[in-house]
Amino acid sequence: MNELVFKYLLRISDSGLILAQRISAWTGHGPFLEEDLALTNIALDLFGRSRSLLDYAGNLEGKGRSEDELAFFRNERHYYNHLICEQPNGDYAQTMLRQAFVDAFELLLYTELSKSKDQTLAAIAAKSVKEITYHKRHSFSWVKRFGNGTQESFTRLQNAFHELWPYTGDMFEPIEGETDLVKNGFVPDLQKIKTDWEKIIKDLLEECNIRLPENVYMHSGSAKALHTEHLGFILAEMQSLPRAYPEAKW
Amino acid sequence: MNSSVLNKDQILSWLHEIPDPEIPVISIVELGVIRDLTFNDNTLEVTITPTYSGCPAMKQMEEDVIKKLNEKGFSKININTVYEPAWTTDWISAEARLKLQNYGIAPPEGSRDKTALMGEPKSVTCPRCKSKNSEMVSQFGSTACKALYKCKDCLEVFDYFKCI
Ligand SMILES: [Zn+2]
Repeated sequence: MNELVFKYLLRISDSGLILAQRISAWTGHGPFLEEDLALTNIALDLFGRSRSLLDYAGNLEGKGRSEDELAFFRNERHYYNHLICEQPNGDYAQTMLRQAFVDAFELLLYTELSKSKDQTLAAIAAKSVKEITYHKRHSFSWVKRFGNGTQESFTRLQNAFHELWPYTGDMFEPIEGETDLVKNGFVPDLQKIKTDWEKIIKDLLEECNIRLPENVYMHSGSAKALHTEHLGFILAEMQSLPRAYPEAKW
Repeated sequence: MNSSVLNKDQILSWLHEIPDPEIPVISIVELGVIRDLTFNDNTLEVTITPTYSGCPAMKQMEEDVIKKLNEKGFSKININTVYEPAWTTDWISAEARLKLQNYGIAPPEGSRDKTALMGEPKSVTCPRCKSKNSEMVSQFGSTACKALYKCKDCLEVFDYFKCI
């Protein structure tokens, strides 16, 4: 059981970690100061959450791996983050739409995880729900602004939508054995979350005059640690320093 | 210090001397991050809870706690981080709120439940001129715990300590 929980923890912590790494690239490059601060703060929340989860995962695994070892010394075939988290930032519409897709998913997921039979996971999740509520309010307001702004902003949102939509299905792919965790009351059933998520996103995008397409091909694979070409580059940048100087201390 | 009798009030008063690294007018005790103190096998265990998951000041606070308690004669200190119950601004005392306001940071207004439901208040009291005629500039301010507001009377931009 512990091995399964360990892998599940990697799945959710990696998603936060990789998205945080992506959006922190906006630090110093935000469209204006307040947005720069906002994205930096959101990245910090995600890094912090991933630290707590990886620290717990390391304890469960019992091999003495610290949060840093788990973050910096695994390669892409051992990373379980959702494909959508590793997709490029693109323009601000793309960054915000990616964030809205993930925030809506995470708010549903972490709300359920806060009722987990695993008390440590439940406690971390309860804390995260407060933070994700802020993230979602922020990203949703931006998506609506793009959708109802100028022709230019709408076009950008629509382009972002076509780019990102095929990666959303991957968030609902369970890891091998996840049904056992669901049965034991450790984690929620992703199918249920999917139904709620689709309704929330449909409402959001309708406000932006974007209709959800049917029967779109959905990429998948992250539940088996299979990734798009982007993850390797992200890890190369994120891990280069600790790999070059493994004994380095802050 | 070998006394197995733990004087919690005394230790708390020492910890009260440690300022919040980002808001030095209030102490880490007033901030509400110190949750418990216990003494086992000559080790003083300090239970703390983070304000925000990614708050970069937490590490600093841990180091400050260890340094302070070392000075006071404790050699074995263990910092235990807990997430439950999750930190809330409701734990910030009325006195600390006044200190925040005098420092130029608008203290949290209302209850966390209402904020969770309705979002940040449309306007909060300007810490400088006390006008309520203000607007939110950004949900995210200079640190994770603050939002940015602007007073429409004195035109000052100020931090608001978010209610969570
Ligand atoms: Zn004013």
